[in-house]
Amino acid sequence: MSDNNLTNKVMNIKSHRLSKKEIDDNFSDLHAPLSAIEALIEADRCYFCYDAPCTKACPSDIDVPGFIQSIRSDNLTGAAEKILSENIFGGMCARDCPTEELCQLACVRNDHEQKPVEIGLLQRYATDSVLNNGVQLFSRQENTGKSIAVVGAGPAGISCAHRLAVLGHKITVYDAKDKLGGLNEYGIAAYKTPNDFAQQELDYILDIGGITIETGMQLGKQINLEGLQEKYDAVFLGCGLGSVNKLNLDNEDISGVIDAVEYIANLRQTNNKDELMVGKNIVVIGGGMTAIDIAVQSKLLGAEQVTIAYRRSKKIMAASEYEQALAKKHDVQIQYNMSPKRLIADDSHVTAMEFDVMKSQNDGSLKASGENITLKADVVFKAIGQKLVTEGLTDNNSLEIEKGRIVVDEQRKTSLSKVWAGGDCVLDGDNLTVSAVQDGKLAAISINETLTQGA
Amino acid sequence: MADLTSNFLGIKSPNPFWLASAPPTDKAYNVNRAFEAGWGGVSWKTLGEDPHIVNVNGPRYTTMMSNDRRVIGFNNIELITDRPFQVNLKEMRQVKRDWPDRAVIASVMFPMSEASWAKHIPIIEDTGIDGFELNFGCPHGMSERGMGAAVGQVPEYIKQATEWCKKYATVPVIVKLTPNITDVIYPAEAVLEGGGDAVSLINTINSIMRVDYDSLTMFPTTGGMGTHGGYCGEAVKPIALNMVAEIARNEKTRNLPISGIGGVSTWKDAVDFIALGASNVQVCTAAMVYGFKIVEDMKTGLSNFLDEKGMNSVDELIGKAVPSVTDWKFLNLNHVDKAVIDQDKCIKCGRCHIVCEDTSHQAIEYSTDSGDRVFTVKDDECVGCNLCVSVCPVIDCISMVAMTSGTDPRTGKAISPQASDWTTHPNNPLKVS
Repeated sequence: MSDNNLTNKVMNIKSHRLSKKEIDDNFSDLHAPLSAIEALIEADRCYFCYDAPCTKACPSDIDVPGFIQSIRSDNLTGAAEKILSENIFGGMCARDCPTEELCQLACVRNDHEQKPVEIGLLQRYATDSVLNNGVQLFSRQENTGKSIAVVGAGPAGISCAHRLAVLGHKITVYDAKDKLGGLNEYGIAAYKTPNDFAQQELDYILDIGGITIETGMQLGKQINLEGLQEKYDAVFLGCGLGSVNKLNLDNEDISGVIDAVEYIANLRQTNNKDELMVGKNIVVIGGGMTAIDIAVQSKLLGAEQVTIAYRRSKKIMAASEYEQALAKKHDVQIQYNMSPKRLIADDSHVTAMEFDVMKSQNDGSLKASGENITLKADVVFKAIGQKLVTEGLTDNNSLEIEKGRIVVDEQRKTSLSKVWAGGDCVLDGDNLTVSAVQDGKLAAISINETLTQGA
Repeated sequence: MADLTSNFLGIKSPNPFWLASAPPTDKAYNVNRAFEAGWGGVSWKTLGEDPHIVNVNGPRYTTMMSNDRRVIGFNNIELITDRPFQVNLKEMRQVKRDWPDRAVIASVMFPMSEASWAKHIPIIEDTGIDGFELNFGCPHGMSERGMGAAVGQVPEYIKQATEWCKKYATVPVIVKLTPNITDVIYPAEAVLEGGGDAVSLINTINSIMRVDYDSLTMFPTTGGMGTHGGYCGEAVKPIALNMVAEIARNEKTRNLPISGIGGVSTWKDAVDFIALGASNVQVCTAAMVYGFKIVEDMKTGLSNFLDEKGMNSVDELIGKAVPSVTDWKFLNLNHVDKAVIDQDKCIKCGRCHIVCEDTSHQAIEYSTDSGDRVFTVKDDECVGCNLCVSVCPVIDCISMVAMTSGTDPRTGKAISPQASDWTTHPNNPLKVS
């Protein structure tokens, strides 16, 4: 395990690269919320399309024209209800969804004037109105007497728990961490969700009642799947991916080589971002959202040179064009076709990293071109994906796992009759918050149907 | 550059854009500013008997707005001038002296008593004004006192008051009509019978704008109570255009000059009024929403339009569209239009489909078979109603195209080159054989 608490033993790593005020400014809202008049004008741009492409593009089936029409008519509660009844994390999704690849990409205004309706900002406007005013839109149905365990208090787990609570079941949510929220709390870039929004949203969601929270409960340690199946009528696994992939280089655990996920978690939890230790020359390995997030946030903390080194071509990069542009806007360099070859260290701290420059073959595979590039680095962030921790899940080998993910069907049922799963831990997921929320919702609907059959 | 000079009843003005009798023409200060801005004439805020009326000291105006706060409709409860008669006369005399090339019309409202007209009309004319406009339209307040719309709603009163005014005036007399009637032809004919020189229309429409959603009272109120006001602005233009066209095509009134009023906000609105029979236009709301500068675009826009049309003056445009206005019964029932969607322009919003499907003739098919959203017109269902065109957000994406030959796939009937209307239709019990 690499050290995640950078020390100032290395000259180029230090805190207070920027003043507290500069850092606070840097981490303020990425997009300012819409004012009332901005929301009305923007809402007026919606054409109220039939069988709307934006809704079809939404992984959580939000009736976009429907909620925008309600904003137009000053029916903000109705707008929020349309959103939250499909996606209880509508507030967070409004902030962190890659709308430019989903609803806003589908907006017909793109064809008309190359400018989609700002669906994300409108969704935030509508959901903020009920979250900020504490307007509870949901109530619990009569108690069914059924109890369900949810493992993981991230968007998938809490979405499932909320829907089941609405349907009258009793839920116990287990989470390994001290704070609830999963990646909403520990993972999403800080500038997308300032002012402790993740906890504010959770408070709103859990306010419905019927959901018991057990923190500090980790699969394979305090709890295991077998025990949960015995104790509960059903189990939902929304445990996410508990460990990170390795570069598989010889001296990977030298000082200065860090898991991006853990650094981001610290960044999200600290109250004094100016106290964080920040490198001068930073290299980020990876091509997904985490790579972009750690690169941009390093810049915002005052790093001088940040380079994302991605193994494949720009086209294949998982981070959207929009996210890549965001990185470039923050002066992050992105270098493509760079395969990690070797970490160069001095006194057991990283000083540089050498890469093979890759070339795409006709069959799509990559081959080293023979050319090498070395980048100066006093910090190397690994953002090359995470993997499922199977301890406590597969002890009796009956839960079907494929490619390191839990296999589920369309209803999010696993191979075990009492177990459903969703979010990042399942196969074929796209690692989006919105998809995790949808998984939780669909699983809850399926669990409810199963538990109330013949009742 | 086309000539914008206007000669209305012999009253000359450098352009056909006059400010209507209303708050913008309340006093010399405003009128001087209007003339500096380039307006061709004004109808001075309506004069009445002394002691002058008083206005409320609360909301007089309210608007209907779009979400981006553009004014669509406008309501007011202001009455006629609330200044002494002599103060107005003094200012009118001075303004007319200072602006001899602009039209200055005296809008007046007096009770149904000849003595009052005999007393006031000559003194007003003595200021040098170019004409009178009889305010038989004001729908609020004044009508409760037997004036304004209360006169305009009774053709006999219109005729009588017009006669009195003509008797004591030597300058032209324009009669301003209220739209709060069932058929505008009756008041228009009454003007003719009374010897009036022209009509101007429309005055404002009786209206209540909305309720206050907190107090559930009407909105706005003066300290808790409200009253209906006069509605104007862009929203009323179609109502005004119809009334103008009705007078312009009515046999008895077709030569009666018309000053068009009602929602004129741009030069295009002026084209509408003038082509449908008005000789000039009067504006109030647009000025009250944007200020006097709005006239600049009206003038250049109209002038450029006339140039494009190869017309040398506004006069050439007057009444151009009137021959195209007829009764429903004379519309050609053999004519067949079909909607045609330009697939290259279509942005696939599906509005045409859903409105046709839900509310019209189920004539636009929606398909996703190809993977794309495709909307196509079913000619065998399309009745040519124009609803799809009317809701399409894309300019010129859907158009109505006339069938000139072949068979209408909806009815199976051959397209006939002969026109045929309701008067001879077999289903008409009163058809002429």
